[in-house]
Amino acid sequence: MTEPNSAVFTAKEAASDQEVRWCPGCGDYSILKQMQSVIPGLGIKREDIVFISGIGCSSRFPYYMNTYGMHSIHGRAPAVASGLKMVNPDLSVWVITGDGDGLSIGGNHLIHLLRRNLDLNVLLFNNEIYGLTKGQYSPTSEMGKRTKSSPMGSLDHPFNPLALALGADATFVARTIDRDPVHLRGVLETSNLHKGTSFIEIYQNCNVFNDGAFLSYSDKKQKGQHIILLEEGQPLLFDEGKKGIRLNGLKPEIVDLEEGFSANDLWIHDSRDATKAYLLSRFFDDNFPRPFGVFYQEDRPCYEEQLIAQINHAKEIQGETDLDDLLRGKRSWTVD
Amino acid sequence: MNTQSLSKVTIHFAGDSGDGIQLAGSQFTNTTALAGNDLSTFPDFPAEIRAPIGTVAGVSGFQINFGSEKIHTPGGRPDVLVAMNAAAFKKNFPNLKSGGIIVLDSAGFDKKNLRLAAYDESSTPIEDIPKEYQVYAVDITKLNREALKDLSLGSRDKDRSRNMFALGFIYFLYSRSLQTTISFLEAKFKSKPEVLEANLRALNAGYNYGDTIEAISRFKVAPAQMEKGEYRNITGNQATALGLIAAAAKSGLDLFYGSYPITPASDILHELAAHKNRGVKTFQAEDEIAAVTSAIGASFGGALAVTGTSGPGMALKTEGIGLAFMLEIPMVIVNVQRGGPSTGLPTKTEQSDLLQALYGRNGEAPIPVIAANSPADCFSSAFEAARIALEHMTPVILLTDGYIANSSEPWKFPQASSLASIKPPTVKADASHYLPYKRDERDVRSWAIPGTPGLEHRLGGLEKEQETGNVSYEADNHQAMVKVRDRKVRLIAKDYPAQKLIQGPPSGPLLVLGWGNTLGAIQVAVEHALEQGLAVAQLHLKYINPLPEDLGAILSAYERVLIPELNNGQLARLIRDQYLVDAEVLDKIKGQPFLAEEILEKIKSLVEND
Repeated sequence: MTEPNSAVFTAKEAASDQEVRWCPGCGDYSILKQMQSVIPGLGIKREDIVFISGIGCSSRFPYYMNTYGMHSIHGRAPAVASGLKMVNPDLSVWVITGDGDGLSIGGNHLIHLLRRNLDLNVLLFNNEIYGLTKGQYSPTSEMGKRTKSSPMGSLDHPFNPLALALGADATFVARTIDRDPVHLRGVLETSNLHKGTSFIEIYQNCNVFNDGAFLSYSDKKQKGQHIILLEEGQPLLFDEGKKGIRLNGLKPEIVDLEEGFSANDLWIHDSRDATKAYLLSRFFDDNFPRPFGVFYQEDRPCYEEQLIAQINHAKEIQGETDLDDLLRGKRSWTVD
Repeated sequence: MNTQSLSKVTIHFAGDSGDGIQLAGSQFTNTTALAGNDLSTFPDFPAEIRAPIGTVAGVSGFQINFGSEKIHTPGGRPDVLVAMNAAAFKKNFPNLKSGGIIVLDSAGFDKKNLRLAAYDESSTPIEDIPKEYQVYAVDITKLNREALKDLSLGSRDKDRSRNMFALGFIYFLYSRSLQTTISFLEAKFKSKPEVLEANLRALNAGYNYGDTIEAISRFKVAPAQMEKGEYRNITGNQATALGLIAAAAKSGLDLFYGSYPITPASDILHELAAHKNRGVKTFQAEDEIAAVTSAIGASFGGALAVTGTSGPGMALKTEGIGLAFMLEIPMVIVNVQRGGPSTGLPTKTEQSDLLQALYGRNGEAPIPVIAANSPADCFSSAFEAARIALEHMTPVILLTDGYIANSSEPWKFPQASSLASIKPPTVKADASHYLPYKRDERDVRSWAIPGTPGLEHRLGGLEKEQETGNVSYEADNHQAMVKVRDRKVRLIAKDYPAQKLIQGPPSGPLLVLGWGNTLGAIQVAVEHALEQGLAVAQLHLKYINPLPEDLGAILSAYERVLIPELNNGQLARLIRDQYLVDAEVLDKIKGQPFLAEEILEKIKSLVEND
């Protein structure tokens, strides 16, 4: 007999009984599968796990997890999750959002969540397109993108999600991709260990409306030249170790290890260095390979912990006022 | 010097919005309450924090009506006007009762102040006051500076205590003790001894000034015959906050209040934030939408979740309220109504969000609506809103408004033990298959809090299959769900107490039906009508959705129904819609509450014509 309140459960038990209804071939399947395989190993009881989402393809995610969950309204998942975490701080709360949900309609809530630093994990599925509404450009679509709502090309300059998160003083910022299950699982596990808001951008392929958007980061033949896998304390290398990044002052440069440079010349990844994290986040065009992994992490007190500390402090110095005393107030009088 | 006894007095304090009028008014209120009078107040201030100095637009007012008799309203035309400058005089003199008392700071009538108040510089408004008025034109500024001359404060700081001089004079006039205000000042300026000294001296100087001038009439207002018990003075926003705290205590839940600052609702946030020692969690959200959705999260997490706002904020919360309705989770939404539409009249009162509360959502989304009718009634209304939300698993809208939110009255507060327990349908751990949308005999679903083993479930804004709550687009299921959610809300009326007439015959030519803040004015108007032999009855609604089941029978016992409301006839539309009763509307959309005489006049025009 299975013990429903045990922290030990299988990936199969992590899946709900609902039929998954994303388009065949969608990158969301991979993310769901990695989550279902990672979450049983985190040592958290199933009843203490909650997934909160907004609206969009990615936001169907909570229906497929056999945990508590809420599919809320467009863009508001960070606020819903914040309220939940404030009243029930022992829960492990995961926010599932997308580039439209999290960066367009819900951009405001996202940045405020990041600066407040509640202990939540935010997974932003970035497919650079609106999928559920059938293919309009999103706030992460490249300029000039031709879609049904931009037949002559999009005029919108795209957001750089990680630079935005760092600008909002996020305490944990990472990037991963649907097509690399091992890396994805690793980032999910690491984010869970972080105390504070973890912001994880997941490149996710929409094979219907934006197929191949991230092909150069997942295709076996191309990706070597286009990605850097960030590892703590390790030099920034790519192209099978043939090339690396060095810092010339604050200016990153690509150097060729076969032409006189050694690993000792290279930028060593330090996820505690905010300046380096920002520079890394600017590896956002075709001039540099795209970094994947944990860009930045810092320890900063969580909002809900401080809220509870204030309440405890108030109880200590004022005492817990009796309801009768509270109703009576400071000045009352009696009519005989 | 003689002292005259009065049964009721209305005083209007007025001055520039930086003159400390609200402080003087609230101090007079506290002193009056402790003296045992019944009272009602009405603060009325401009939307700007510091409106152009000296202008009529910048006048801040505070009216108090107090007496040895029962007081239902802040009074109509005042008996006494305190005017700190020409603009305050210009704005309020026309309202003063003929032959009333005027206390004014003559320094506020110099050429500059006359010009700012848009008087002709050569005019002499003080001299022009007709003979029948009793005028105390006192150079308060000069006398006050004189009293503080040896203090090292600058003259601007000294002038800031002019309000205390005026207050001291009024205390003398109405035979009041200074003690309450002295204690208040001592606490407020504990860390600023010089400012404290200035205020105490000003207060005493004003009082003594009354004592030294000759041939002054003083007044005495005896304590009112109040129901026995213990009282305190309370504003509507304070009472709302306390009602919510009490409901949390009586349901054994934590209170979460998510809000974004907005006039005139912010004082609820301020009040609740001061009660962290009772575990109250307040969250100043980044916007109105985050305020309501954080409350949704808090409700999902098992708290008594509340969000509060005013009209425009309510508009922003609309989608969130719809989600709470669809999820069927408990939540209280407080709308402290103000003049609309859009930004409207932020500091003025109105009852124009009733239809928004009833209908302002997409889809079929009926939500219980409760309206508070006086400052103290905000307590029981907030408590009741929370009870319905928690016991019936639904968002509930509580309507108050800027008038009762900022006004105050003596409140015979209840004993905590006399408040009923609130019992939400929370489910305990259960290993068997949990059905989140299975309903009881009241069509209410159960509440499973995350963290409870075995009850893991998902909910959302998509239409749900009955019982399981799984997403369903099935046609018959949608119709059934819409009907059951509607029936669930209608069944709430089964809990209501029977509707009782406030006064008047059980049938007859006219029923005056009200809701919200019009209670006091209608009460006075109907009392006068009855005294004058008119067969008029009064009924006041607290529950607006669902309407009480016995309301139809009451309405049908009268030939006509008059609905006075501070909007363009919103309750009247509802009554016509629900009962096919051709209700008469008395509308007032001026940002101000009703005066009893306005309602009485309308009553007479309807009944005497018959």
